[in-house]
Amino acid sequence: MRIAIVIAVALAVAPFAVSAQDKNAGRNLAASCAMCHGTDGRGAVGYEPLAGMAKAELVRKFTEFRSGAKPATVMHQISKGYTDQQIQLIAEYFSAQKK
Amino acid sequence: MKRNIDRRDFLKLAGAAAALGAAGCATMTTKARVVVIGGGFGGATAAKYIRMWDPAIEVVMVERANIFTSCPISNLVLGGSKTMEQIRHGYDGLRKYGVQLVFDEATAVDAAKRVVKLERGGDLTYDRLIVAPGIDFMFNEIAGYETAMGSGRVVHAWKAGAQTIALRKQLEAMKDGGVFLLSVPLAPYRCPPGPYERACQVASYFKKAKPRSKVLILDANPDVTSKGPLFKKAWAELYKGMVEFRGNAKAIGVDPRTSTVKLEVEDVKGDVLNVVPPQRAGDIALKAGLITANNRWCGVDWRTMESTAVKGVHVLGDATLSAPLMPKSGSMANQHAKISAAAVVAMINGQAPNPEPKIANTCYSFVSDDEAIHVASVHTWDNKDKTLKTVPGSGGVSPARNVLEGGYAWAWAVNIWQDTLA
Repeated sequence: MRIAIVIAVALAVAPFAVSAQDKNAGRNLAASCAMCHGTDGRGAVGYEPLAGMAKAELVRKFTEFRSGAKPATVMHQISKGYTDQQIQLIAEYFSAQKK
Repeated sequence: MKRNIDRRDFLKLAGAAAALGAAGCATMTTKARVVVIGGGFGGATAAKYIRMWDPAIEVVMVERANIFTSCPISNLVLGGSKTMEQIRHGYDGLRKYGVQLVFDEATAVDAAKRVVKLERGGDLTYDRLIVAPGIDFMFNEIAGYETAMGSGRVVHAWKAGAQTIALRKQLEAMKDGGVFLLSVPLAPYRCPPGPYERACQVASYFKKAKPRSKVLILDANPDVTSKGPLFKKAWAELYKGMVEFRGNAKAIGVDPRTSTVKLEVEDVKGDVLNVVPPQRAGDIALKAGLITANNRWCGVDWRTMESTAVKGVHVLGDATLSAPLMPKSGSMANQHAKISAAAVVAMINGQAPNPEPKIANTCYSFVSDDEAIHVASVHTWDNKDKTLKTVPGSGGVSPARNVLEGGYAWAWAVNIWQDTLA
């Protein structure tokens, strides 16, 4: 059931994710994170490194910040500004970066 | 968009500065040249990210200072818990991305010929120009300011550097029982919470070194502009009886002989006069015809950061006519830079720029040596109103000052310096 929902969501967002003008959508969204988490999610002090983290883990953490399930100082406020589709794109970008 | 630098161009470039040196020679064939004026949080980030995202684009950054001095954390230098060395960073990190550095003053822009003129001679031609000039001051709004500043009796210290050092020295020299007078201009100005963080840091120093002294904030705004309840709580609890806030207290003059700041209805005496004048986009934006609003700020298309006045020129950071609820901050400049970098790379490659950019801001303020508070926001493209707007339900401030965020605030500074410069 859970897998079915994931696939349905993936299909729903697919037309946006692959359109030509959105080729860099993940990169562009993820660039915002770099001022705290380091360029491409690498090399930052005091903040969680994001580069190379599994996509599912990134999505889980981000959505838990958003729901309030995971306590935070700032991320519960930042994460509320992003849609599921945008979280997927950001997670995809960071998961593809070298640690 | 592929083009060769012709001999005339090359001689101009070579003549512009020896600093271009070998890098200039190595890129005789290039897709396009982007010139970036200003090496602050906006300009340096844009230069780096353009090279990261398309190394075939030549990037020349023009900056008057050969070292970066950070405004964020400079209030802690005034308070004595950090040093100038900790807020100064070299530009060499940008060279590894292939950014060509020219340490000179950009004196004019000819947008028709797409040329930037430099003070020490030589012109730089560009395909796209990024102007990230920060702010300059409207000294004439405060009678007597420039003379008083010239004699060192009044400082702003609202650009980190020589005046940060001068203000710290004045605070050290002030007698115990003296008054530090901080005058805040009407919003919008650079770093909305900055004055109130400064009040905390100076009070923190007084508490340790000169406990009978006072911080008096004369604010042209009716109330504390940013994180008001959190700052007021810090003043009441950490610096009891030391910090006084007066709203609707706009400075209209300074008199160094009587050591006073003139308000509309009274003169107020202080021992150290830290008067922050009203601000506008930096001088080069004015000269380049980029200022579109109230003779102060530069209008931009937030999807690309391209000027609404001059095609082919992008404007970043504090110089922009801010979108609704968007602060003039180093964080925002760093984020503007990434919008512009993505747009410039796309446009040079004949692609459509990102139709709906989204950026996030976090501004930390230290209320003591180790406790901080924040304000965060997420800004997204609104196609109806054609601007960036905050996402409903997102963003917010700290529930209370805390040491955990003090750690994050310092790490934020280290990380944004890295993201901007290295």
